[in-house]
Amino acid sequence: MKQFTYTITDPVGVHARPAGLLAKAAKGLDSTVTITKADGSKSAAATKLMALMGMGIKTGETVTVTVEGGDEEANAAAMEQFFKENL
Amino acid sequence: MQVSTGKSILNGIAIGPLRIYKKAETQTKQTSSLSPEEEWARFEEAKEKAQEQLAGLYDKALDEVGEDNAAIFEIHQMMLDDDDYLEAIKGIIDTQGATAEYATETTGENFSAAFAAMEDEYMRARATDVKDISRRVVNILTGQGDAAMQDDKPAILVADDLTPSETVQLDKSKLLGFITRYGSSNSHTAILARTMNIPALIGVDFDDSWDGQLAVLDGYNHCVYIDPAQELLTAMEEKRKADLKQESLLQGLKKKPNVTLDGREIKVYANIGNTSDVGLVLQNDAQGIGLFRSEFIYLESEDFPTEEQQFLIYKRVVETMAGKKVIIRTLDIGADKQAGYFDLAKEENPALGYRAIRICLTRKEIFKTQLRAILRASAFGTVSIMFPMIISLREVRDAKELLEECRAELKKQGIAFGEVEIGIMIETPAAVMIAEELAEEVQFFSLGTNDLTQYTLAIDRQNPKLDNFYDPHHPAVLRMIRHTVEAGHRHGCWVGICGELGADQKLTETFLRMGLDELSVSPAAILPLRKLIRSIDLSKAPET
Repeated sequence: MKQFTYTITDPVGVHARPAGLLAKAAKGLDSTVTITKADGSKSAAATKLMALMGMGIKTGETVTVTVEGGDEEANAAAMEQFFKENL
Repeated sequence: MQVSTGKSILNGIAIGPLRIYKKAETQTKQTSSLSPEEEWARFEEAKEKAQEQLAGLYDKALDEVGEDNAAIFEIHQMMLDDDDYLEAIKGIIDTQGATAEYATETTGENFSAAFAAMEDEYMRARATDVKDISRRVVNILTGQGDAAMQDDKPAILVADDLTPSETVQLDKSKLLGFITRYGSSNSHTAILARTMNIPALIGVDFDDSWDGQLAVLDGYNHCVYIDPAQELLTAMEEKRKADLKQESLLQGLKKKPNVTLDGREIKVYANIGNTSDVGLVLQNDAQGIGLFRSEFIYLESEDFPTEEQQFLIYKRVVETMAGKKVIIRTLDIGADKQAGYFDLAKEENPALGYRAIRICLTRKEIFKTQLRAILRASAFGTVSIMFPMIISLREVRDAKELLEECRAELKKQGIAFGEVEIGIMIETPAAVMIAEELAEEVQFFSLGTNDLTQYTLAIDRQNPKLDNFYDPHHPAVLRMIRHTVEAGHRHGCWVGICGELGADQKLTETFLRMGLDELSVSPAAILPLRKLIRSIDLSKAPET
């Protein structure tokens, strides 16, 4: 299992478009990617667009991204890159 | 003849039969006679078709209203492929022996209710999107289409409300105009209508007897005439013909540069006073927004608008302009523009009183809320900030310092913002006189000729008794403008006009000769101004 934390800088938070792109990107990986709010209150699989939107993650919030199974090293790096570029 | 009123979202006239648009009544059968596998196959086939439709809509919208307005259909495609959404549908089919359409409809309602219950305003609005995609699939499954416009004859569409996808899908060659009971002039649908140049009225109370009746939709007067009297009909037909003639003349100018016969180019931007004007800006092909009067946000509010509220408004405008420049003028309240919650005392001389930057620099928290909101919106496009009513260097430096504080705070919080160009309004004689020094502090000047004229001539424009003394072309004002342009250019500032004088066609050639870089005018004045600019030859001696 690999984990990293990320603080959302997108001014609208995790809104429809980046959530859609994230779901698409996560579907292409051979690991299970899970997004969890910093306070642990909510989590969702990164492949699930509406669940991600339903978390209501706002700008400035920190999330933990967990990557399990498959090529964890490479997939975690890919996810981290994705967050930096899109969120 | 019957007259009903509403709120017009486009100045234009439509004449034709009314047609009431009824959303396909989804009388879905709940229990299926097929096996769950067969129902699931039906669903998958319908979903595939829906995806194709959405891809088509995306292309159509991209073509007609631009990428940012089209993105909604891309999101719809992604939502339709959501795992949870699909699982929920499959679950209902499998466990309840339900039809695919019943399962889709129920799931759409459940998901939509979940979004509608969220705190975040943006997420609440997504409830409509879930419903929209679900209805699309259900319509495919039940073979019910968008019945309204399948009729061959052109008509004025009457509906309770229209979603963005319905608006884009309507066959425009058959859509003369539309009338809705609900909806706001800022809605996505209203912006689309403006961009597509379709006369429309919202907030109109109608009944079923309207269906099929001849009507005149008069967007200029915010009303619709049902079964119009002959004289009115004739008059309106003429007005419409004149509009069309003017329109086709001006449409030919779209996408053409604002350049004189001898090759001098000038930027023509638009002034806006509300987000609802953005559709007009695009429709008239402005190169940017030269004056975004932010005070409407305060005037329409019951209390100080929050950073979040302001940010969403700025962001929407900036995104809709898709990379074109948006110059936001910071709060210019006081004098004739009053909002109760500011608690401003009554003044003897309001035009010379506590207003605009003077309020902002004394009540810094109000100012910083706005600056932060503008900075955040700058991450979404090209934004410039413009400070009003400047008379001294100190004011500019103080305002810039506050802006710098906001930048530092946002950075610390990890919130994104973009590069922002800084400028000031030149609307006091004092600013004109010290333009050289001011130009060192900023990147552009925008001449607010309304106030500049009033302060230079010491004439209150509201007072009709002074009409005989008032000369908008007074040489003192024109020299002030010339001085400002020259001082600005010497120090690398570009200089524009955002006051009424900018649209004064008698002065366009003079302004071009003075070397002004930009004229910002009301959206409706853009294309006529472009026409004039393209007919001017500066290499010829000016007529005197």
